[in-house]
Amino acid sequence: MATIAGSRPRTAAAPLARRRPFSLGRFANRTIFYLLVAFIFVYTLFPFYWAIISSLRPDGDILRVPTTYWPDNLYLDHYRYVFNNGEFLRALRNSTVISLSTVLLALITGAASAYAMGRMRFRGRTIILYLILSMTMFPQIAILGSLFQVIRRLGLYDTIPALIFSYTTFTLPFTVWVLSNFFKAMPGELEESALVDGSTPFQAFYKILLPLALPGLVTTGLLAFIAAWNEFLFALTFTRAGGARTVQPTIASFTGNSQYEYPWGSIMAASVVVTVPLVLMVLIFQRKILGGLTAGAVKG
Amino acid sequence: MSQQAVSAPLARSAPGRVKLSEAPQSSWAKARERLGWLMVAPSVIIVSLVALYPLAQSVRLSFTNARLASGREEEYRGLTNYRFLLENNDFIAAFWNTVQFTIGSVFFETILGMVIALIINSNFSGRGLLRTAILVPWAIPTVVSSRLWGLMLTDRGVFNDLLQYRLPQLVDWIPGIGGSLAGIFPSPGNPIAFISDPNLAMPAVIGVDVWKTTPFMALLILAGLQIIPGDIYEASTVDGASKWQQFWQMTLPMVRPALLVALIFRTLDAFRVFDVIFVLRGPALDTQTLAIFAQQTLINGDRLGRASAASVLIFLCIAVLVFVYTRMVKVEEA
Repeated sequence: MATIAGSRPRTAAAPLARRRPFSLGRFANRTIFYLLVAFIFVYTLFPFYWAIISSLRPDGDILRVPTTYWPDNLYLDHYRYVFNNGEFLRALRNSTVISLSTVLLALITGAASAYAMGRMRFRGRTIILYLILSMTMFPQIAILGSLFQVIRRLGLYDTIPALIFSYTTFTLPFTVWVLSNFFKAMPGELEESALVDGSTPFQAFYKILLPLALPGLVTTGLLAFIAAWNEFLFALTFTRAGGARTVQPTIASFTGNSQYEYPWGSIMAASVVVTVPLVLMVLIFQRKILGGLTAGAVKG
Repeated sequence: MSQQAVSAPLARSAPGRVKLSEAPQSSWAKARERLGWLMVAPSVIIVSLVALYPLAQSVRLSFTNARLASGREEEYRGLTNYRFLLENNDFIAAFWNTVQFTIGSVFFETILGMVIALIINSNFSGRGLLRTAILVPWAIPTVVSSRLWGLMLTDRGVFNDLLQYRLPQLVDWIPGIGGSLAGIFPSPGNPIAFISDPNLAMPAVIGVDVWKTTPFMALLILAGLQIIPGDIYEASTVDGASKWQQFWQMTLPMVRPALLVALIFRTLDAFRVFDVIFVLRGPALDTQTLAIFAQQTLINGDRLGRASAASVLIFLCIAVLVFVYTRMVKVEEA
């Protein structure tokens, strides 16, 4: 093969390869490739499939060995239990309020700062940008104890605002970073036309540039929502069960209705309930989320 | 929120109307500079309150015997907390557990993430579907993922079902060697205790973390792969380079910047790991990480001073990691 290819002009090699009829080696390659693809599909999707299946089985059937791999039952008692559980419902409401408020707070403060960072020159701009971005570096645990103290002194222990404000430690840096790149990329004529129209700089911001940044706002809003919804450490530490506690620590300490066996069915039902909205959101907005996730990598 | 409400009316009352007869740039520019400050003010206030002040406090408290519950005055104790931690076996063990966890999970998710990114980047029908599918583990909350894998890895869970029943049946079907291959699997009734066996617990939590975080790695690497122009591959194929050579000599060097960013994100994240392990195994000593140690010292031990010292040490470790990585990026750019 090599000698034949070598005796021909090199450009002929590519079409030659394409015309090759059937080769066992290539067939095996294709097979291995598709087996690998199938394996990755199963690896990524099976666990969640298993959560759904398990949530629809009576507790006695969940840990049955040998088991069955298809839904053989439509047992809804676990969902009935979960939706009648006051603590879980309360946590679900807390999580919704906290996540939405976190998004709102991150977008309002983040968009304002990002606009200033991205389009204005003023002293201290770089320092503030670095300050906000450096927050991504330090771990939540580094401020856990002292933030706990601050929260208690402000009388915010076990309250919803305590979590909303502490969640800005991870939503704000990201929001500012993505949105300031958004504003930076906009043409300068937009503001000049606003100036000619006689609007103030603030009007130029919220009437002209902010609407144009809508795609960026959606992306960062989605990511902030997911981050707040999934947060565990602050929620576990700054709230009490039955108080302002969110769904994640509630599921982590779920005891269910059975004293004697681990309540796997209710745990899985609760898990499915808090995950389905996220999965749907991710599937619907996947392009926006992909763009937001990789924004740091490509630019950085 | 309240800061924003204040800043808006202030901004509007700033010298607004610009007459074209005047030199508009200067007043507009001045108004803009003032507005710039007003617009960053809310972020700066919040950041100071929830991050900078607590961070400074963590450092200060780490030199004291402060407690959360009692109202007594805290006393300055110098380096006592640090000395205690560095001589404490649980803290040292937590450090090595964290290192093990970080290296293990980042290593496997990089390799797996690279494989998945390369597959999605190659031309086949269904690549879009695969890219959507890998978003599912990413979207699942860590707590849910831990509980779910906890169920799958129990003695009577689906993994033991696979190992004791399904896989032996499957390989038994292979002619010739099948029978002896089936012998390597645990026999029915002898499950593997992935979570409770101290030797298997760390690999198990790493496995759970890899499942959850590989998609992020794969997506960042994929973004790097997609900016590599396709024609360089055609050219090298014509020159007779094998796929293997192409990967090591072209793909890998070109995807390196994206890979490095992904590595930084993931290493820092893995080093401060708390939830995935805490939900699966609680504060069990053989998988206790630095973050779990610090949280337990604070909440169960009520030692704010000592927990702060542990936090400061974690922070220092992460600062060192950031320093090393940014040096690597600089070398890369030079």
